[in-house]
Amino acid sequence: MELQYWIWIAVGLSFTLYITIAIITRASSTGEFYIAGKGVPPIANGMATAADWMSAASFISMAGIISFNGYDGSVYLMGWTGGYVLLALLLAPYLRKFGKFTVPDFIGDRYYSNVARGVAVFCALIVSFTYIAGQMRGVGVVFSRYLEVDITTGVLIGMLIVLFYAVLGGMKGITYTQVAQYCVLIFAFMLPAIFISLMVTGNVIPQIGFGSAGSDGVYLLDKLDGLHRELGFHEYTTGKKSTLDVFFITAALMVGTAGLPHVIVRFFTVKKVSDARKSAGWALLFIAILYTTAPAVAVFSRTNLIETVSNKPHASLPQWFDKWEATGLISYDDKNQDGLVQYVADPQINELKVDADIMVLANPEIADLPNWIIAIMAAGALAAALSTAAGLLLVISSSVSHDLIKKMIKPDVSEKQELIAARLSAVGAVMLAAYFGINPPGFVAATVALAFGLAAASFFPAIVMGIFSKKMNKEGAVAGMVVGILLMLFYMTKFKFGWFGGGSEKDWWFGISPEGFGSFAMLVNFIVSITISKFTPAPDEEIQKLIENIRKPDDE
Amino acid sequence: MDNKNNYWKTNLKYLVILLTIWFTVSFGFGILLAERLNQIQMGGFKLGFWFAQQGAIYIFVILIFVYIYLMNRLDQKFKNQK
Repeated sequence: MELQYWIWIAVGLSFTLYITIAIITRASSTGEFYIAGKGVPPIANGMATAADWMSAASFISMAGIISFNGYDGSVYLMGWTGGYVLLALLLAPYLRKFGKFTVPDFIGDRYYSNVARGVAVFCALIVSFTYIAGQMRGVGVVFSRYLEVDITTGVLIGMLIVLFYAVLGGMKGITYTQVAQYCVLIFAFMLPAIFISLMVTGNVIPQIGFGSAGSDGVYLLDKLDGLHRELGFHEYTTGKKSTLDVFFITAALMVGTAGLPHVIVRFFTVKKVSDARKSAGWALLFIAILYTTAPAVAVFSRTNLIETVSNKPHASLPQWFDKWEATGLISYDDKNQDGLVQYVADPQINELKVDADIMVLANPEIADLPNWIIAIMAAGALAAALSTAAGLLLVISSSVSHDLIKKMIKPDVSEKQELIAARLSAVGAVMLAAYFGINPPGFVAATVALAFGLAAASFFPAIVMGIFSKKMNKEGAVAGMVVGILLMLFYMTKFKFGWFGGGSEKDWWFGISPEGFGSFAMLVNFIVSITISKFTPAPDEEIQKLIENIRKPDDE
Repeated sequence: MDNKNNYWKTNLKYLVILLTIWFTVSFGFGILLAERLNQIQMGGFKLGFWFAQQGAIYIFVILIFVYIYLMNRLDQKFKNQK
């Protein structure tokens, strides 16, 4: 059967599934809308968190990015998984014990101040918007790539679907759609990966396969290092970035993960404190399946690409090369007119440009898999983008309806009105996100990675000290958050968009890239908070009791 | 009161131990010591590279499940004492 039909069937079926789930599990109270009525079982919550967490970027781009960066790609692998250890050990159980609806709820109550709450809402909105704009764009790109519609139409279709099920279902609805989306996306990612591992190494398990030898008896990684050296690329298994920068980027991604409001809020949705811990464990396990496979896929496709194209006549390349060349994701420019493909590090001689996304997108064709698998991959990529967008949408809408309207502007709002406000703000947020998806400001791609820096610089210290220090007070926390997020915004706009005089790599402070600067801003946040709290009054007895209480076990 | 303090202190002890391992396998083995560990070969993997792209992630998962186990046990013990 024709590929396009398969894709429409797979995408159509999966969307029907999501919408059906949303209708069955739709939210009828604010508690259900914000935190699914605290009734989500840990395994389901783990899957939902994994889908919430893994975006179109994880699904499509990550393996490709690792493929082109080799060891340096490890920052994403460790950074985007290690944060769950921090979540499980330092944040999730206590925030669940606290038992309210949102992250600003915790900050506002723990620091007994609406200023703190307001700052937290501001940070949550900045972090979530930088993130969601990238997701809507991702939805559009996936649609346009697989369904051959233009990006605008793609964004609009995606917007309508998310709008429907997030607005109707609230947290309860999206939780169960995310469970379904996780199943679709992990199946779609693993199937081609397993086939390719079999093809290249004869091993079913990609994680083991990429450490074994190919049919010629040479270890795959050694072969790849050799090919890289031959063509002038940096050796695959060692890094090009400075160790300090790798350290800082990894830390920023880890801490940022633990500080992302749409991830944290998932731990509010379970019944007990012990379930919050379990959810984090399941979530990381489900994420690790994809995250340990991605570096294997990266190695397989990198080797495959080099061996297929390097010094081969352009006319005799396999069919998938022509197909992806037509989309512009691969481009070939025969500079020396010899009809062969020179793929080397030196930009003067290099004739081939390859988009990182190819590494995952072209996999099924490289492994010669049937059309229906490609269709499932399309459904998987859409599942990844939609589930993340929906999770972010919920954070934005609850920040507006709960934190701003209910807690700050109009405390006497009735539950029914609040629920309407929540739904309306979700509608507003999705439209704004769609607008940015269609007219992406040039910085969208750059800012998604920086959302982690922003979260690390603002939330993480305030929450951790709120739990682990009884002395941390509102003055310290507010000052820390404000200084942290402003410093991060300053650094990222300076070096990414050229504001404040701009600057290049050699002007970086201590050689830390904007991606890694979140760790630095976080340290500054800690120092500012602690210093200021020493000179201002400690929180009163009631807050001390609140802290005592969140530290106690479940049933007390 | 004593019980509660014990509970919290034991929790903190677990955190320190588990986070030390967390730091060692990722920032230690995967980054700071990666180059040195790369001298050691494990199958087709250089060890530092393996920690950075595989090993650290497996250990992260194990760390969380160990913490779940320890805390469930501690919760149980605390309940029995009362």
